[in-house]
Amino acid sequence: MTGKILAGVLGAACFALAPAMLHADPQSDLEVYQRFFKEKYPDIPFTQFADGAYALNEQMRENWEAIEEFPPYGPFVDSGERLWAAPFANGKGYADCFPDGPAMQHKFPRWDKEQGQVVTLSLALNQCRETHGEKPMKYKGSPLVDLLSYIAYQSRGKKINVVVPKDDPRAMAAYQKGKDFYFTRRGQLNFSCAHCHFKNSGMSLRTDILSTAVGQTTGWPVYRSKWGTAGTLHRRYTGCNKQVRAKPFKRESEQYRNLEYFHTHMSNGLALNGPAARK
Amino acid sequence: MPSKTTNKKTDQTTGRTARQLLPALLAALMLTATAALAGKHGAVIEEGKSLTFDRKKGNCLACHYIAGAVSPGNIGPALAGMKARYPKKEDLRARIWDVTEFAPEAMMPPFGRHKILSEDEITKITEYIYTL
Ligand code: HEC
Ligand code: HEC
Repeated sequence: MTGKILAGVLGAACFALAPAMLHADPQSDLEVYQRFFKEKYPDIPFTQFADGAYALNEQMRENWEAIEEFPPYGPFVDSGERLWAAPFANGKGYADCFPDGPAMQHKFPRWDKEQGQVVTLSLALNQCRETHGEKPMKYKGSPLVDLLSYIAYQSRGKKINVVVPKDDPRAMAAYQKGKDFYFTRRGQLNFSCAHCHFKNSGMSLRTDILSTAVGQTTGWPVYRSKWGTAGTLHRRYTGCNKQVRAKPFKRESEQYRNLEYFHTHMSNGLALNGPAARK
Repeated sequence: MPSKTTNKKTDQTTGRTARQLLPALLAALMLTATAALAGKHGAVIEEGKSLTFDRKKGNCLACHYIAGAVSPGNIGPALAGMKARYPKKEDLRARIWDVTEFAPEAMMPPFGRHKILSEDEITKITEYIYTL
């Protein structure tokens, strides 16, 4: 039974990750996780993990490259560009909060010492609005997703570099919470994120090829054919929680922001390539 | 099965004695009984099969290859040769009930422990899987 042997080997490999999970040392975690995938897929160039499941299957990759010829997320980028430029009621705009311009996705998520919490790009955009007397955007659909799409497009090629300040125990705790989230079994079906995206990455769950944990955060927002629109990383979290019949958390909840912090840190060194198209 | 009164009637019209009739009657009875039993078992297996394939029930094809199934996943081992692997049927059932008792890291949902399926559904699925 090659299937059985394979499942066994992968099981053992994942088990080997467990000891590293015990102490939160982000730097050594990073090495363990990235090495895991490099060793599992010796023929795949590391940068390619940023393409999700399409890194792992030649046929799917070809279909995907054809879709990217006429990117379905184009209109979201265009609309986002207009939103970025439109002034607030007080005459200010996003550029006043983000003086380096829209190519700044790689600065998020970040630990904010004053606020004592993980600030994601979505949260930062809303904080900017509130500072200037504007109502915060809903964490769903337009205009947020449009703005994120434009920012992602402008940030393409920037490298992910999430920093977890070791001298701030609250930041370390947030990282640890995100990590626990990723490795904890949940829902009636009892799977952790890691079950699907570590040892079983590359395997078929029915007709879906499971993507690798490393590289999962580079391409957001993602235009999904299944959604018929572009959506955020937190929307995907919701979907992956529901898939195991677990109650999802709210978008931009503390749980999901901590998860994003850990999850994005795992991809440090990879280049941003959003928005992306997925099936 | 013919009722007693019709039997009697038949007896009278054909003029045969009950003693003559008994062996034939018994044989007929036994045949119907076996057919009914086989039919019942067959129906359980059929039910088990649809529970196995149903995405809202077992959804076993998400992860397992089963001969003849359309687009199965490959996360778990192929389900084949079950009688050879599990001489005792209850050992197979125990794995469907909660595989993590045997393989703690396994991704397979604990169908019994988490009440994803009823005990009866698990029994029916076991009957079907045991034929593979
Ligand atoms: C039951 C299996 C399963 C579990 C458990 C699961 N996922 Fe997924 N996930 C999938 C499938 C299937 C897809 C779509 C194929 C792909 O891209 O991997 C997916 C896709 C994703 C993607 C999109 C990747 C991309 O390139 O677009 C992200 C991000 C993700 N999952 C994160 C998570 C997180 C975080 C968790 C835990 C909260 C989780 N997943 C749990 C099955 C699962
Ligand atoms: C999400 C994935 C998944 C689903 C769904 C799933 N399984 Fe499994 N199954 C596995 C994995 C992985 C193993 C291997 C466990 C191990 O030994 O490490 C396994 C093992 C088994 C075994 C033991 C196999 C052997 O080789 O001895 C049986 C029997 C089994 N599954 C039956 C089922 C049945 C029946 C269903 C549906 C009711 C089902 N599975 C649904 C993943 C799954």
